[in-house]
Amino acid sequence: MIEIRNIAKAFGKLQVLNGIDISLEKGKIYAFLGPNGSGKTTLIKSILGLTQPDKGEIFIQDENIKDNWRYKSRIGYMPQIARFPENLNMMELFRMTMDIRKTPANEEKYISYFNLEDARDKKLKNLSGGTKQKVNAVLAFMFNPDILIFDEPSVGLDPVSHLKLKDLIREERDKGKTILLTTHILSEVEELADEVIFLLEGKIYFKGTVQNLVQTQNERNLERAIAQLLLQSEKKTKKLNLKAA
Amino acid sequence: MNSLTKIIKYSFYDTWRSWWALLYGLFFLVISVTLLYFSGDFNKALVSLLNIILLLVPLISTVFGVMYAYNSREFTELLLAQPLKRNNIFLGQYLGLTLSLMLSLGLGLGIAFILFAGTAEESVHLGMLTLCGALLTAIFTGLAFLVSVLFEDRVKGFGIAILIWLFAAVIYDGLLLAFLVIFNDYPLEKATIGLTLFNPIDLSRILILLRLETAALLGYTGAVFNKFFGTASGMAVSLGALLLWIIIPLVIFLRKVQHKDF
Repeated sequence: MIEIRNIAKAFGKLQVLNGIDISLEKGKIYAFLGPNGSGKTTLIKSILGLTQPDKGEIFIQDENIKDNWRYKSRIGYMPQIARFPENLNMMELFRMTMDIRKTPANEEKYISYFNLEDARDKKLKNLSGGTKQKVNAVLAFMFNPDILIFDEPSVGLDPVSHLKLKDLIREERDKGKTILLTTHILSEVEELADEVIFLLEGKIYFKGTVQNLVQTQNERNLERAIAQLLLQSEKKTKKLNLKAA
Repeated sequence: MNSLTKIIKYSFYDTWRSWWALLYGLFFLVISVTLLYFSGDFNKALVSLLNIILLLVPLISTVFGVMYAYNSREFTELLLAQPLKRNNIFLGQYLGLTLSLMLSLGLGLGIAFILFAGTAEESVHLGMLTLCGALLTAIFTGLAFLVSVLFEDRVKGFGIAILIWLFAAVIYDGLLLAFLVIFNDYPLEKATIGLTLFNPIDLSRILILLRLETAALLGYTGAVFNKFFGTASGMAVSLGALLLWIIIPLVIFLRKVQHKDF
């Protein structure tokens, strides 16, 4: 489904991605974890073509995405921060994206699912942060894409909407979609993720199921296992720094 | 409809519906009606209007352009995740904003023109003025967009865009004057012409004044221009230079944005 081959990306001197190789299958939810600045968002943005890697290739359904934009019609993306044109209302935004994508959309289903009926004619700048986030979610789901990408989707959502979003993500997985998710909320990972990909300094430090991760770290639960991973990595970098000094 | 026109349509619609666009148009309507109504002399009113346009249109276009470019960044990310060509997104946003600013300006001046223009000659003059305003809008919005892609930090970008305006609108003339005084003893005509081409605001002033044939108001650069090129080709040269002022920054902007990481 998604093949990532030896991707590297540096912003100035900072090497954000440093040789990432993974292939992501359909019908699975992949959770990308890692400390701040470990390259999660950059990796996602590379898949979306927002960031152009210095090295390596990405294939989506066997199609190289370099200098290509048509493949994006198969992706639904829910970014971290929702900002829309100020003077359009919600329906105009949906109509605009439909106009752009030219694929059949099922926006009504998701508008009622997320209780957005009242927001229809309101200007987008007047919506609350959480409501904007729900609008974002509708945009990601409404075209029934093969690949769904969520960058910290739970930020700003109330508990009920968060629950609904998680249900929807699971439902889409069962339909055979490939789902990518970055998050800092470990309960979300435990509930949703089929596979955990732990990034550290631009490299894949761990890849496997949640159970796997807990077992390999000899810990009781995911939270402790992650903490253990982070501690190990800190020690490693310290050692490296010492060596360098 | 292709994707470029769609982006133009929506960003035009978005800016056109904001209060600022309305206020901008209303401002020019009030100013031009007042000037044309109270001055009695059409040409005098036109010159006053010209001075206001030369100062304010670049300023407002710069401010709007920078604000729009920085504020729409997150939405641009969302657009970039859609199946669209990069160039179409950015060119579309530029054209959408420029067209809505032009429309505000055009409506403001146009209504005044319908109310007050008498002779055909006067209509042509006002048409020229509107054209200059439109060109300046396109130039300074383009420069603002270019600045926004060169500087990640919006405060810095804003400052530099305003500096560009200040330079073109105020400082440049002073420097030119100083240059002329210092090198008084040399034949400076060609140098002056060359230097004028580097300032779009000066160029539009010359374009209008050549048309008005108010030689007394041409100033030194304008007079040299007139003498060197004559009226017709002088206008052609300044118009051509103004078009280059639109195209070159826009091309650089589109090339930069093609390889930018978001």
